[in-house]
Amino acid sequence: MDAINLLIEGFSLAIQPANLIFAAIGVFIGTAVGVLPGIGPALTVALLLPVTFKLDPGGSIIMFAGIYYGGMYGGSTTAILLNTPGESAAVVTALEGNKMARSGRGGPALATAAIGSFVAALVATFALAFLAPPLVKVAVKFAPWDYFGLMLIAFVTVSATFGSSPLRGLTSLAFGLWLGLMGLDQLTGQARLTFGVPQLLDGVEVTTLAVGLFAIGEALHVASRHLYKPEKPIPVKGSIWMTGEDWSRSWKAWLRGTVVGFPIGALPAGGAEIPTFLSYTMEKKLSRKPEEFGSGAIEGVAGPEAANNASAAGTLVPLLTLGLPTSATAAVMLAGFQQYNIQPGPLLFTQHADLVWGLVASLFIANVMLLVLNLPLVGLWVKLLRIPLPWLYGGILVFASMGTIAANPSVVELLLLSAFGVVGFLMRRYDYPVAPAVVGLILGPLADNALRRSVQMSLGDPMVFLEHPSSAIMIAVATIALIAPFVFKGLSRFQQDED
Amino acid sequence: MIERSLKPANRPAVVVAMVLFSVAAVTYWDASRMTARATYGMDANAAAYFICLFLAVLGIGHLFAAFQALPIEAEDADWKAIGWIAVALSGLIGSIWLGAGFTLGSALLFAFTARAFGRKALIVDLVIGIVMGLVVFLLFNKLLSLALPQGPFERLF
Repeated sequence: MDAINLLIEGFSLAIQPANLIFAAIGVFIGTAVGVLPGIGPALTVALLLPVTFKLDPGGSIIMFAGIYYGGMYGGSTTAILLNTPGESAAVVTALEGNKMARSGRGGPALATAAIGSFVAALVATFALAFLAPPLVKVAVKFAPWDYFGLMLIAFVTVSATFGSSPLRGLTSLAFGLWLGLMGLDQLTGQARLTFGVPQLLDGVEVTTLAVGLFAIGEALHVASRHLYKPEKPIPVKGSIWMTGEDWSRSWKAWLRGTVVGFPIGALPAGGAEIPTFLSYTMEKKLSRKPEEFGSGAIEGVAGPEAANNASAAGTLVPLLTLGLPTSATAAVMLAGFQQYNIQPGPLLFTQHADLVWGLVASLFIANVMLLVLNLPLVGLWVKLLRIPLPWLYGGILVFASMGTIAANPSVVELLLLSAFGVVGFLMRRYDYPVAPAVVGLILGPLADNALRRSVQMSLGDPMVFLEHPSSAIMIAVATIALIAPFVFKGLSRFQQDED
Repeated sequence: MIERSLKPANRPAVVVAMVLFSVAAVTYWDASRMTARATYGMDANAAAYFICLFLAVLGIGHLFAAFQALPIEAEDADWKAIGWIAVALSGLIGSIWLGAGFTLGSALLFAFTARAFGRKALIVDLVIGIVMGLVVFLLFNKLLSLALPQGPFERLF
């Protein structure tokens, strides 16, 4: 098999001592930052990007893989011990996991989350390795109009289909697209929305937006109401190991979670919320002890946690093969790749095959390291959760602004960061999703390019998108996905009336 | 019967609509001043006009929502805390602006943010902030050779 040979080559790159150290550092700091309350994987990756600036691309991408998986794992620890999920996908983990921790079963909850994440990520990374090459073969044939259709689907699914209200999701997306306009147009060199400010000519950095919306916005949001809701981590008492019963109840949930999570993550269908909720309801139905749900059922942690990780690995499929980020984390990762002038997409697999397969191999290694490092270090992570909120958020803001000025030492960049912080705060306060804005900023200019290249190639005929069946189908799918929630909304309102 | 009047709780939606309309107007104005022309097909301002339209449609959507949908509920906010964070961020921006360096800026940022979260020991927090800022500065400028802004204090190292 082709993929196996390539993977072996990838491993030969990833197991070089220097790269192993990079992966270990990545896993460690990724978990340490991800564990902090209020910091999800997207922000973890964004905050830690500057640390990898000056490494060679190979080493930094490998460190990246570690940070990514570490951040994911750290988030579930917070959800279980503190009941503050750092991201929407960890909400379900908090549901049962926090109940388990409260009844003194925090250890097994963390263990089943860790081992479940491991199993899911292992299976999903294998699936990624085998799915990517054939997908790349298809993707190299993609023309600009196909990319445009694909991006429309990504826009709609990220913002409209799954949020609390399509209107708010689309508004968040529009904000990101609008920011994407800023700067010099790549095709003509025309300056757009720069208002004569030279620092804006390069456009808005994705990391500045992500850090502003997630870190500063979150800090403002928590500060604005912390007086009313102080929170303390639940101490982990007793054995951290799972009993025989825990194992027998967990393993099927892990596998089911993986099966649910990976395809949903791999399709440009946006968000890890859907698979985690699906897995939760599925486990509830299949459980031998459904009565435990709501008071700490281990399947309710094992399944969703596996689904979350499998879907996170799944989002790497469109990201690496098509250059299409479908989550905030993936968008920040894409920004990280671009920093090294690496453009994910089908060409990446031919031009930088060693890098891609090194990354995939590093994902395996990071995954094993996580399992080895994290369960014994649970005590340390719990200590991190005890940092008093004032110092924690003071530290987060220092690191957030440091990352921004390290990348671009200018006052304008800091003002942008603060402005995005205020916007992020208002979006949180009025329940607008934040992720679509980040995806919009990074995909907007790409969609603009794809759109205009297509029209250029057709000598100005806009029908080019409908003449090719592939792009016509994708545009149709995007349109249906856009309209469907409005139809369902009417239906659900009807059902509400009946209750 | 749905009461079709503007409830106070729906004001945010109206404000969002107004913001969307004004951003759309700014975008339209900016796009109308663009001069670069493409040989074939769409110019650089096509996307700008499209987003302008998109924003306007969303604005209309918000106006509808304001009169129909359930109000967006917002919890009470502690505006004093928000104010302290604003002071904290201005402290950092000011000290970078005036060339006072990263360490002082991050110390101000750290201490005033801690104040926003209810800490009263400002001097202690300032010292912690200075130590932290210095460690970060040394780590980044010496070890990772990234250029964080330097002031008189940083040049001593």
